[in-house]
Order: sequence, then structure tokens, then C-alpha cells
Amino acid sequence: MDQLLQFLISGLTVGSIYALVALGFSIIYNASDVVNFAQGEFVMIGAMSAIFLIKAGVSYPVAAILAILITAAVGLALDKFAIEPAKNATVVSTIIITIGASIFLRGAALLIWGKEIYGLPPFTTNDPIKIGSATILPQNLWVMLGTGVTVFAVKYFFDHTKMGKAILACSFNKKAAYLVGINVRRMLLVSYGLSAALGAAAGLLVTPITFMSYNAGVMLGLKGFCAAILGGMGNSMGAVLGGILLGIVETVGAGFISSGYKDAIAFFVIMLVLFFKPSGILGKGETERV
Amino acid sequence: MRFCKNLFAILAILSLIGLFGNHQAMAKDTLKIGSFLAVTGPASFLGDPELKTLQMYIEEINANGGVDGHKIEFVHYDTKGKAKEAKNFVNRLIKKDKVDVIIGGTTSGNSLAVIDIVQKAEVPFISLAGSIKIVEPVKKWVFKTPHTDKMAAEKIFTDMKKRGIKKVALITGNGGFDKSGRAQCLALAPEYGIEIVADEKYDNADTDMTTQLTKIRATDAQAIVNFGFGKAPAIVAKNIKQLGIKLPVYESHGVASKKFIELAGDAANGIRLPAAALIVADQLPADDPQKKVLLSYKKKFEEKYGPVSTFGGHAYDALFITVDAVKRAGTIDRAKIRDEIEKTKGFVGTGGIFNMSPTDHLGLSLDAFKMIEIENGNWKLLY
Repeated sequence: MDQLLQFLISGLTVGSIYALVALGFSIIYNASDVVNFAQGEFVMIGAMSAIFLIKAGVSYPVAAILAILITAAVGLALDKFAIEPAKNATVVSTIIITIGASIFLRGAALLIWGKEIYGLPPFTTNDPIKIGSATILPQNLWVMLGTGVTVFAVKYFFDHTKMGKAILACSFNKKAAYLVGINVRRMLLVSYGLSAALGAAAGLLVTPITFMSYNAGVMLGLKGFCAAILGGMGNSMGAVLGGILLGIVETVGAGFISSGYKDAIAFFVIMLVLFFKPSGILGKGETERV
Repeated sequence: MRFCKNLFAILAILSLIGLFGNHQAMAKDTLKIGSFLAVTGPASFLGDPELKTLQMYIEEINANGGVDGHKIEFVHYDTKGKAKEAKNFVNRLIKKDKVDVIIGGTTSGNSLAVIDIVQKAEVPFISLAGSIKIVEPVKKWVFKTPHTDKMAAEKIFTDMKKRGIKKVALITGNGGFDKSGRAQCLALAPEYGIEIVADEKYDNADTDMTTQLTKIRATDAQAIVNFGFGKAPAIVAKNIKQLGIKLPVYESHGVASKKFIELAGDAANGIRLPAAALIVADQLPADDPQKKVLLSYKKKFEEKYGPVSTFGGHAYDALFITVDAVKRAGTIDRAKIRDEIEKTKGFVGTGGIFNMSPTDHLGLSLDAFKMIEIENGNWKLLY
């Protein structure tokens, strides 16, 4: 049972990383029903920009803010130069564009920052905190705090701000939104910028634990995507639930069954959930065949 | 442009011959060395320093008059780490470029893919890849210079025996290097009286290994062995510290770069690993035969390209084993070069002292690996 406590805590720490990335998917999805497969690259660009700004002598907080701005700019550019020109594309075509964009961004990162792996110092001390017989790193608590703040910020944004509601309106019916005076194009631009900024913040939070390299966004994006699907795409609470569930299934599966089949166990659980509830645990009732 | 350059070179050589009438030295055939390396792609951190090393030294040899008067002509292709490209390029090197010796095959996959081709064409081939399968069983025309994962496992177990460690927990990733290292550990452990009490695995892209390590903590293991490279071993080291596990930790030669220490921070301290002497060249005793070679290679490479790696060293070893063989053979006949490569004895390289034989086409003993401990964020040579 001593072990179970550590497995659960490890699952929670891994899961909160997945959840944080999963949250980034929800904004663009809510605006346009598009799953942005470049979300993992936003995470990577945020972290890598911060790493290199700090290397160049910029202080940690300033570098963090600049990194978020740089990534937001990349998000805006992605919409402006890749998504917007294909304005009549279907959702599936747009998703394919984001896959292309992710490959492009990865290649660009490789050229700019090289193939090396980098880390960031933790926000506070690095001494593990003991909980019974289990331990947790302070940085993991920061990730959980970040996840908590983000989930409520995203929820507040969509439920209580005019812009959030406008973005939601765009996803329900573009034409109707346009007719009531919402600038659809602008809303899409904003959603890409915000998603990118959110991704960058996630990158800053997780890099002290996971390290970062030009291709690390692939895995983070994939796990975040799984978490988002599991919890219900577009639902921020679902993203958190999905992330933490995925993390715990992975660690408990690895702990009690076999670490060699860790991912297989996790994917099995995801498939099982989607089999009975295709829209995810907290997903809206509507089912859509893809 | 290139044509102009070649023309210029030919004119220059012609004029030299005319001026000095030194017909004999100039008339000797060029020694054609072919090479196929993964200079770009995922294995570029291996292939890139290998190519730089070959180019740098071939230039130097030619500037000093070549090998016994034979100038070296260097033909190189980039495989991007793909086995199919490796096959195509080796065929081209043999049929079109008609090279005398081939040095290359950065990854084990690339090297293994071309063995049949060089065996059939009867061209001496020195591989720069790790797997023991390249030279075991022995193939007539195939040699290699890098240490094997089997040697790394042997070195680790030898050190454990000295410390009286009998029960070991393994934790490895899902890459080719990791899997091969794990297989060698499992196969060799009984020979050293060591029992593997845990065999945990992770994905190389994983962000947390505390679960696997918690399981290891619950066993009666006396030490942990981690085979891997990249960021995963650094996360393993950090998680071991986070969980407060006090067991001795062994890494493989896969982490023998400063990057590992940089990423793992103070969690790296106390970790032991087998590695080539290059990373501790300045700590070797003055009478160590390798010291001079290592320091000279390090200095030359770093003056021109920046921080040295052990991988470029393998290319250095392969090139100079070839050069020595050609000198001894006194000809550039492929079969005679091959015979002389096989007779390499006491060659002091960056990887160790090579003593090849008809039954050993690598020629390194276990001494070629040094046992190193990380102390205060730096390598410390143990023995």
C-alpha cells in the first residue's frame, strides 16, 4: 500500500502535465471544432524561447513573459498565414493543415535551436516534499497550481466574457455569428493566439521536470490530445479529469501490471471509455461520426 | 565552380611535376577511402563529428604528402541514418567510385545492412557502430572500432563484483540501444554471480519514472543499472533522488556527455558509468599510452569545431588503422590492406589499444573502457 500512494501521486503529477497541455486544445476546438495538432509545438516553442532568452542573459520572469508573447505571435501567424487563407476548408482539411504546421514548426525549431535537449531551473527549491512514504517535487505542485488556475480562467473566459461567448458562437454556427455582428475571422485569430499563449505557459511549467527539445512537443501534444478526448473535447473540466485519469491509469498499470505495457494499458482504457461514451467522459451528448 | 577548382588543382600538380620532376612520388595511385555516415537525421550527433574527424585528418595527411606517397581521395555520402540509403551508397562506392576501403555506417542498423554487400565485393569495411553483431561472428572483410554494449555490461558487472553487489535492478528504455543493453545485462549477469531482481521499462519520451523506481525500491536490489541515452536517464537520476533511494546507480556509456550532467544536475553525483578514456583524457596518468593520442585529438578537434565527443574518436581510430595497414602493406591492393588491418597490433587509438586477430575484428579489451564516477558535476576517473 506504501507503493500505491506513490503510484497515485506519480499519476497525479504526470496527469497534471497532460491536463495542462489538454487545456490548450479546448480554445481552438471551441472556436472552430478543429483539433489543433500544433498544440504540442506551442508548448515546445514557449519552453525553448524561454530557455534561449535565459541563456542570452534575460532574467527568468522577463524571459517567461517574452516566451509567452513570442509563442502567441506564432499562434497568430499560424492562423493568419495557414488557417485563414484556407477559409472554405472543411474541419478535417483544417486539421490536416495543423498537422502540416506542426511539422513545419518542428523543423523551424530544429534549425533555430538545434537538436540538443535543454532544461529550465525549477521555480522554487528542488527538495522533494514527503507525504507519508511518498514524495513529490515542488515543481509538480506548481504544475498543479497552473492547471487549476488555467482551468478556471478558461471556464470563466467562455462562460462569462463577451469574447469567450462570441468564440463559442462561432463554433455553433459561423453564419449566424456573423449575422449578429461577431467578427468571425477576428475571433479565430484570437483563439489561436490564446491557445498558443496557454501552450507556452504549459511549456514553462513542465520543462523543469520533463526537459525540452525541438521534438518533445510531439509526445506532449499526443498525450494532451488523448487526455482531451478522454475527458471530452472542448470541456476544460473534462481535460483536467482526462489528464489525471490518464496519468493514474498509466502509473497504476505500470506499477501493478507491467511497466513495459504502460502505454498499451492506457490506450486500452481510452478505447474502452470511447467505446461506451464516444464524446468523452464529460463530453456533450451529441455524437458525430468521423 | 568545382570544375574550375579541379582544373586548377590538376594544373598545379602538372606544373609541380614539370618543375621538380619528382615523378616517382606523384605517380603513385591515390588511396580511395569511401564513407557513408548519418551526418543528418536522428543519429547526426554521431555522424556529424565522425565526418568532421575524417575530413580534418585526411586533409592533414594529404598536406603531409599522403600515405607513403599515396594521396587520399575521400568520397562521402550522407545516409541520414536510413539503412536503405546506406545500401545504395555502399553499392555506389564500390561500383562507381571504386574505393579501396570503406569507413562508416554510423548506426548499427546501417552497418549491418551493408555487410553482405562488402563481403561479396571483397572491400575492407571498418564500421563505426556499436553492436557486437557486426563483428560476431567474424566476417572476413568487416571490422569495427567502437566499444560494444556487451563490454559496457561486463565493465559494470566487474565493478559490482568488486563492491560485493549481488542483486541488481534494471531499468531501461524502449530504444534500440536500451534494448540491446538490457539483453546483454540479462545474458551476462549469471556469469558474474549477479541476480537481476527487477526489470523495469519506460518509454524514452516519458516524463516521469517514479512508478518504476518505486517498484525497484520495494525489491531487495543492491544497485540500479540504467541503459539509455538522451533525456530519459537524466529523469531517472532525478527521480531516484526525489524518492530518496540511496542505492549505487550505474549508467551506460550512452550518457558519457556533459549534457547528462547538465540535465540531471546534482542528481548526477555519485553515478558510475563505463566510458571511453577521451572524456577523462586529462586525468589519465602521464605514463598512460593513450594520453598523448587523446589530448592531441581533443586539441585538434576543439580548435576547429568545438567540444569533442567519443564518436568522432571512433572515426579517428578507423582512419589511422587503415593508414597503418596501407603503410605496412606497401600497396593499395584491397586484399593486402584487409590482411594488414587484421594484423593490427598495439595500435593506440582514442577508444583504447587495438589488437586485432583473425578471430577478433574489434581488438579492444575490457581495459579500453574506464570506470568513471560523477563527482561535483564532473567526470572522475576511477580506474
